[in-house]
Amino acid sequence: MKPVIEVENLVKKFGDFVANDSLSFSVFPGEIFGFLGANGAGKTTAIKILCGLSAPTSGKASVAGFDVYRQSEQIKKNIGYMSQKFSLYEDLTINENFQFYGGIYGLSRKVIRERTAALLSRLQFLDAKNEVLRNIPQGWKQKLAFSVAVMHQPKVVFLDEPTGGVDPITRRQFWELIYEQANQGTTIFVTTHYMDEAEYCGRVSIMVDGRIEALDTPEQLKKQFAVSSMNDVFVKLARAPK
Amino acid sequence: MKGFIIKEFLHIFRDLRTMLILFGMPVAQVLLFGFAITNEINHASIAVLDRAKDSKSLELQQKLTASGYFKFNAQLDHSTEIEKAFQSGKVKEVVVIPADFEKTLALGQPTAVQLINDASDPNTANLISSYTTAILMDFAANEMTQNQAMPVTTETTMLYNPELKGVFMFVPGTITILLMLVSAMMTSISIAREKEMGTMEVLLISPLKPYQIILGKVMPYVVFSFVNALVILIMAYTIFEMPINGSLLLLLAETLLFILMALSMGLFISTISNTQQTAMLLSMFALMLPTILLSGFVFPVENMPDPLQWLSHLMPSKWFIIIVKSIMLKGLGFMYIWKETLIILALAVFFVLLSIKNFEVRLNLK
Amino acid sequence: MNPEIAVSASKLSKSYQGKNALESLSFEIEKGSLFGFIGPDGAGKTSLLRILNSLLIPDSGKASIMGFDTVNDYKKIRRIIGYMPGKFSLYQDLTVEENLKFFAGIFKTTIKENYHLIQDIYSHIEPFKNRKAGQLSGGMKQKLALSCALIHKPEVLILDEPTTGVDAVSRGEFWEMLQKLKAQNITILVSTPYMDEASRCDEVALMQAGKIMLRNEPEEILKAFDAELWSVKSNRMFELLKDISDFSKTKLAYRSGDHLCLIPEGKFTENNSLIAYLETKGHQSVRLEQIRPTIEDSFIYQMQAQN
Repeated sequence: MKPVIEVENLVKKFGDFVANDSLSFSVFPGEIFGFLGANGAGKTTAIKILCGLSAPTSGKASVAGFDVYRQSEQIKKNIGYMSQKFSLYEDLTINENFQFYGGIYGLSRKVIRERTAALLSRLQFLDAKNEVLRNIPQGWKQKLAFSVAVMHQPKVVFLDEPTGGVDPITRRQFWELIYEQANQGTTIFVTTHYMDEAEYCGRVSIMVDGRIEALDTPEQLKKQFAVSSMNDVFVKLARAPK
Repeated sequence: MKGFIIKEFLHIFRDLRTMLILFGMPVAQVLLFGFAITNEINHASIAVLDRAKDSKSLELQQKLTASGYFKFNAQLDHSTEIEKAFQSGKVKEVVVIPADFEKTLALGQPTAVQLINDASDPNTANLISSYTTAILMDFAANEMTQNQAMPVTTETTMLYNPELKGVFMFVPGTITILLMLVSAMMTSISIAREKEMGTMEVLLISPLKPYQIILGKVMPYVVFSFVNALVILIMAYTIFEMPINGSLLLLLAETLLFILMALSMGLFISTISNTQQTAMLLSMFALMLPTILLSGFVFPVENMPDPLQWLSHLMPSKWFIIIVKSIMLKGLGFMYIWKETLIILALAVFFVLLSIKNFEVRLNLK
Repeated sequence: MNPEIAVSASKLSKSYQGKNALESLSFEIEKGSLFGFIGPDGAGKTSLLRILNSLLIPDSGKASIMGFDTVNDYKKIRRIIGYMPGKFSLYQDLTVEENLKFFAGIFKTTIKENYHLIQDIYSHIEPFKNRKAGQLSGGMKQKLALSCALIHKPEVLILDEPTTGVDAVSRGEFWEMLQKLKAQNITILVSTPYMDEASRCDEVALMQAGKIMLRNEPEEILKAFDAELWSVKSNRMFELLKDISDFSKTKLAYRSGDHLCLIPEGKFTENNSLIAYLETKGHQSVRLEQIRPTIEDSFIYQMQAQN
């Protein structure tokens, strides 16, 4: 199978500071790929490069078959992005939000209408489509934001701490959405500070000081470090003497 | 308190943008207003269609050039060239001297010199034609006294600003705008920033009293505003030779009062805005624009419709401009400006009271 | 008034534009306790902490800190508490030392006077004291913010979501610092959305939708979990959740890390029947094991019970 994200010896420097130190990894279609690391380990820098927002200093990287140096515009068309901070417009209705984002990606009115209906009925939220977003509980907003991010059927969705501050039940419902989407062949690239969520990923990479220090399935990682949870793996790696 | 003020100074010194606004702008503004934007006529180019071509018509032309206000661009030979001269865009005015100019004057008969102006810029056209008219009147008066007694002559004297220097108008206006900007806008923004960053919550929680927080935020800007006013005055005095005929002490005291008034307005704005953006927009629209438009600085208040004239009475800047002009140009003492001073003082008290009423010791969440 | 009580609240309510943020909360917190308010965004944690620190006035009800009423004696309260708001970000353009000096100054003390209090925490960032706060890493910013909240030797420390958005390692270090502070006899109130941080507290209140669902020592909350909890694994984890949810004896099933959690109706004596059922659905190597609940399991169980 051909990878959706291919990264080889990727380096990003800001002056003397090396934010990404020779990263190499591949992510495959339909995979849920966990991208973990302490604050300041270089996750955000790498995600920006993969989303076509910033060019690497050296090395190779392609997303959805497009090169990050030359084809950032095509990359942007083929990915979805959602973070806890980026959310929908509070003063628009659910329907208007969907229309707006569908329009950005050049979907026709008919397609927008159909997909909005399909995505909302999956959330069992069809009846609320004319509600103004402000009146909707936080957890639901995040599910809606995710639905908007996949409306143009991107090959890869980047989720940057999508479940921060969400109650444990809604958080799990969110992950069911992610599973379903991945089952349809969408690649999920996700960061999180909840270590139990790391266990939900197919494979997990852990960054420390700009380098990827570990990359494997959660099960293998736990075996490799001889611990019982991903939290312990993370703590062991991040606290290791440098 | 002391620590608070030190911190505020550090904020200002660390931010290049703030520093530029505080110190770069006054200098730039004064130079801009002083040199570039001016009402004076200086070497306006004119053309002459001299149909007389006699000694008196030449004398008149020499008088026009000798004034220094005009520069001869062309001698026209035929009235058809007038249109062309204006179309070329190089000529602002054409002076047409009638045939038999000298002969008619000698006979003591009335004669008419025609002035044709490019009125696509009405202000300039007005100015040029009135300057020309003044020179023509002077010329005519001379001719008459030579030949016969003139019944009535008018003699205009421009008091306080004999050379009609535009900069004398702009210095008071610029001081006013800058004090408004630095005092009101900068303080309102800097208080709003604390709210935005969440530091205001900690300040409120601390044993600092509200007046201490306010004083701490405001003090540095009092100092900077005052320094600014001084810089402008020094520039006006040295570069533009603007006199300070009245008491310098009184001028500085009035300036300080105006600064306090502007600060109290800024304070009021900060109590009703929660973000830097709101504070900025409010200062712009509620303070800056009226200051520029309604204070009489740019547009004469006398020409405005009544409602706007009434509104202009509420503009503290209008009164401050009057005060500055009275002291600097007319050399008047406090006796003559106590009314204006009182108005500014009243506005200051009003806004301080309003701010205190609005300043919450708690969070105001809707 | 009980002299051992640091914080007490009775029937606190607060609403914004008709929406209830807090619904009649009552509780007491002992002196010297490390107390956690745990719940998701929108549970009312921030509103509650702001009422306790006197920044907000409740619509009804009363609260007091060290015996001082939060409405009438707010000036006294502000002298004895330290507070770190949720979005607190220090002065980014001031250096580490300038920030600390400033906060010491507004509380009329000096760094020197209370250095012993913050020594443990501040010593980590002291080497960078001339660096601007904006250039510190997330963990160091947190340490500086905590030092600033502590510099005036407060009797009660109120921290609103100090660990939100911070990675697991830095979070762990932060809680270790708080535990050390307890030795200074400071009562500490912390709010957090991370359930796994509950075990670090002496006592916690689980909050949801403006109410306190449960309030107790973490161990007691776990003991009070009056149902069985089973971990289930199979070779087809994605389908497993749906299939178990359809099982007749299932009360509640949800994912948790690498396994599913199953809370059965009543006692779960027939675990063989579940295995047999799952095998008919095509699952292999099914592993079933009774496990101890975590605070998160309690939270989910309570949320479900109250809905």
